[in-house]
Amino acid sequence: MRVKIALAEKGVAYESHEEDLFGGKSDLLLKSNPIYEKVPVLLDNGKPIVESNNIVYYIDDKYSPNPLLPSCAYARSRARFWADFIDKKVFEAGMGIWRSKGDELEVAKNDFIGILKKLEGAMGDKDYFGGDNFGYVDVIATAMTSWFHAYEVFGGFKVEQLCPKFGCWMKRCLKRESVLVSFQILKRSISVLSCLERCMALNRTGSVDSIALYTF
Amino acid sequence: MAEVKLLGVWYSPANHRVEWALKIKGVEYEFIEQDLQNKSPLLLESNPVHRKIPVLIHNGKPICESLIIVEYIDETFEGPSILPKDPYDRALARFWSKYLDDKVPAVVNTFFLKEEQEKAKEEVCEMLKVLDNELKDKKFLVGDNFGLADITANFVGHWLGVFQEATGVELVTSEKFPNFCAWRDEYINCSQVKEYPLPRRDELLAFVQARARAAASASASTQK
Repeated sequence: MRVKIALAEKGVAYESHEEDLFGGKSDLLLKSNPIYEKVPVLLDNGKPIVESNNIVYYIDDKYSPNPLLPSCAYARSRARFWADFIDKKVFEAGMGIWRSKGDELEVAKNDFIGILKKLEGAMGDKDYFGGDNFGYVDVIATAMTSWFHAYEVFGGFKVEQLCPKFGCWMKRCLKRESVLVSFQILKRSISVLSCLERCMALNRTGSVDSIALYTF
Repeated sequence: MAEVKLLGVWYSPANHRVEWALKIKGVEYEFIEQDLQNKSPLLLESNPVHRKIPVLIHNGKPICESLIIVEYIDETFEGPSILPKDPYDRALARFWSKYLDDKVPAVVNTFFLKEEQEKAKEEVCEMLKVLDNELKDKKFLVGDNFGLADITANFVGHWLGVFQEATGVELVTSEKFPNFCAWRDEYINCSQVKEYPLPRRDELLAFVQARARAAASASASTQK
């Protein structure tokens, strides 16, 4: 989803190929990403670029309208830092909620909310992580929020109540056409909650990581 | 007061990557060795999120995470380029750097941690197969010039060999990974390493052996 949002923000036309990660990965995917065998993969004139953060970065590097990263080197380093933080922490903390029960669930929920609070601090009093404009970190972060409803259901909480600033930012991002269209496509094709329920039926195997990358 | 400061530890590959980048660009800096068992207020204030080294402080502003710091150095200071100019090659450089950086915990666990050691070993062997395949007849990871990915490869090019010697755990042989070994032998003798040396092997070996002994005796005393 991050990649689709970035392409939409840049006005880049593309062809989308949906992979069935439960049914069997295509030869094209396995050839394009032989090391990780995961989506997303961007093929630009036949050349593969893999890993969603890396692809978004590439799109911003290559297509100049509407820069997603700031022009100042220090601000760019801060954007990269927070994108890296989001990648390392948010998904794992969310999965911690899904995997936990009882007292562990409370700990997992607090960890997750603690991470969102740190992200609220990173945003400061601005509308977006990119400041006044929707930027690279917003692209990276907003895609992950497609999973939040599932965490809320499993954890019995609401993000907008515990992290109101983050909740406002989520709603603001959903008003952007690039984000709205991507979320709508996701909703039509697959429900994250039903994915997790399907994974529970598969005894919560590594398939969860595949879905995460599918949706991100 | 130095305009550029680096908070780090001499024995860390992540630290070395940053020093390498600074030296390539000819940037003068003050290196402030940290005690990771007793973290300084400056480190905790400069990296409150992760509380880790390395941290570059440029004109009072901190930059954290070694690969992010190297890109910042490349963008900020004049001198030879560390990242390629072409967007696709830059994407490849970032891919390989992240791939290598992500393997650091597995490499450490393979040699020094008892729990999950077998799983870590499998991951490292898989990484070595990938690198052996990628590095066939290649001097540099991306394109024809030394860059970000090669800097990040300091860990597999130098530290991994030291860990093998320190622990006697042998994963890398020229029979199993001939291309990787050929690349590694050239890497530690290449002009970029001669000009900006890696930490001395004998010093690093002594340090790692001492740490391994300390960890073993701490583990033995907690089991009594």
